[in-house]
Amino acid sequence: MYPTKYHKAASIDDAVAALGAGEEALVLAGGQTLLATMKQHLASPSDLVDIRAIDGMSGVSTDGDMLVIGAATTHAEVAGSADVQRLCPALAGLARGIGDPAVRHVGTIGGSIANNDPAADYPAGLLALGATVVTSKRQIGADDFFQGLFTTALDDDEVITSVRIPAASRAGYAKFRQPASLFALVGVFAAQGAGGTRVAVTGAGEDGVFRHVGLEAALGADWSAAAAGGVGVASEGLLADIHASAEYRANLIGVMAKRAVEAS
Amino acid sequence: MTNVSMTVNGKAVSREVPDETLLSEFLREHLRLTGTHVGCDTSQCGACVVHVNGKAVKSCSTLAASLDGSQVTTIEGLANGGLHPMQQAFTENHGLQCGFCTPGMIMTSVDMVNRYKADGKELTAQAIRGELAGNICRCTGYHNIVKAVEDAAAKM
Repeated sequence: MYPTKYHKAASIDDAVAALGAGEEALVLAGGQTLLATMKQHLASPSDLVDIRAIDGMSGVSTDGDMLVIGAATTHAEVAGSADVQRLCPALAGLARGIGDPAVRHVGTIGGSIANNDPAADYPAGLLALGATVVTSKRQIGADDFFQGLFTTALDDDEVITSVRIPAASRAGYAKFRQPASLFALVGVFAAQGAGGTRVAVTGAGEDGVFRHVGLEAALGADWSAAAAGGVGVASEGLLADIHASAEYRANLIGVMAKRAVEAS
Repeated sequence: MTNVSMTVNGKAVSREVPDETLLSEFLREHLRLTGTHVGCDTSQCGACVVHVNGKAVKSCSTLAASLDGSQVTTIEGLANGGLHPMQQAFTENHGLQCGFCTPGMIMTSVDMVNRYKADGKELTAQAIRGELAGNICRCTGYHNIVKAVEDAAAKM
């Protein structure tokens, strides 16, 4: 790993200042992706700004039927939260299925969405649930936040502070794991709530997480596995790699959509 | 350089280390606690698992500087007089062959049993296999590791 300078930010202002001052400073949350990337010399930040010690940065609270999850809340904390289990059990299940137990003890929701890995779980959950990402300078809807492979609407000196997630009346998540990496080969999060019927797909899109209009229309009319299974999923725009062809991923989207509805 | 102070296996330690020092390096190279193994260094194999503030974490994927003030337990700190029940169970059930992955297997398994007991959940053989998703063993085929964890869970 190349040398770097570690900062433990005491406040959000402190973190933003450190990010602006560094030549190529990056936020460090759980580091479960970032540190691995640095070890492979795929990232070489001049400074790491650790946001975990900032007051209020981690933990789950509620605002009516809205879940408010601090950016530095770990996957294990989200999975184990009574509020998440009550208001959105599908999201608790999603968190419980990320990586392995040791990764879940350290990895954070803010880190996952800021990285926007095309096979990460949280982007699908947040997009389908119509979440809002709260940062040091603004609030960004999930539809605008996720912009492509490893790309988000965040500015370089912008820090995610929390995520606001409205409770869905029905929601389910199903994924097919790539067995070696434990990432989603394809994951589908389907949700129905005040924002209508939303279906988000991770692991499959060439541009990262995306909503599937056909599945949304079918499930909006009839929330059933049969309705999901009746939707033809095209392979255009889907990823193809050594693990799966675009056609295989297209088929998996249909299968995972059915399982997501069955799990809801 | 950053001064890092933590409690490792019940003992207060303090070292001046480069900011990019991983916890695994801090333990092995600065404290000479070489029981924590580094297998893959890419966060996949789990040989480097230790407990930080009572939770299993991969020490190769955590910065020592971020853990100032933490309580860390490594495989060296598990035995208290005699072997820990998990270590004893791995011995009796032949839960290891070459032994390279064993420190991480044992630290992960102790954390697993503690969590299931705290939550009052039943730790089935299937659950053990799921919980071991982040620990790779290339010798045993896992059967005896699962048996060892079941055995130890009944005694912990």
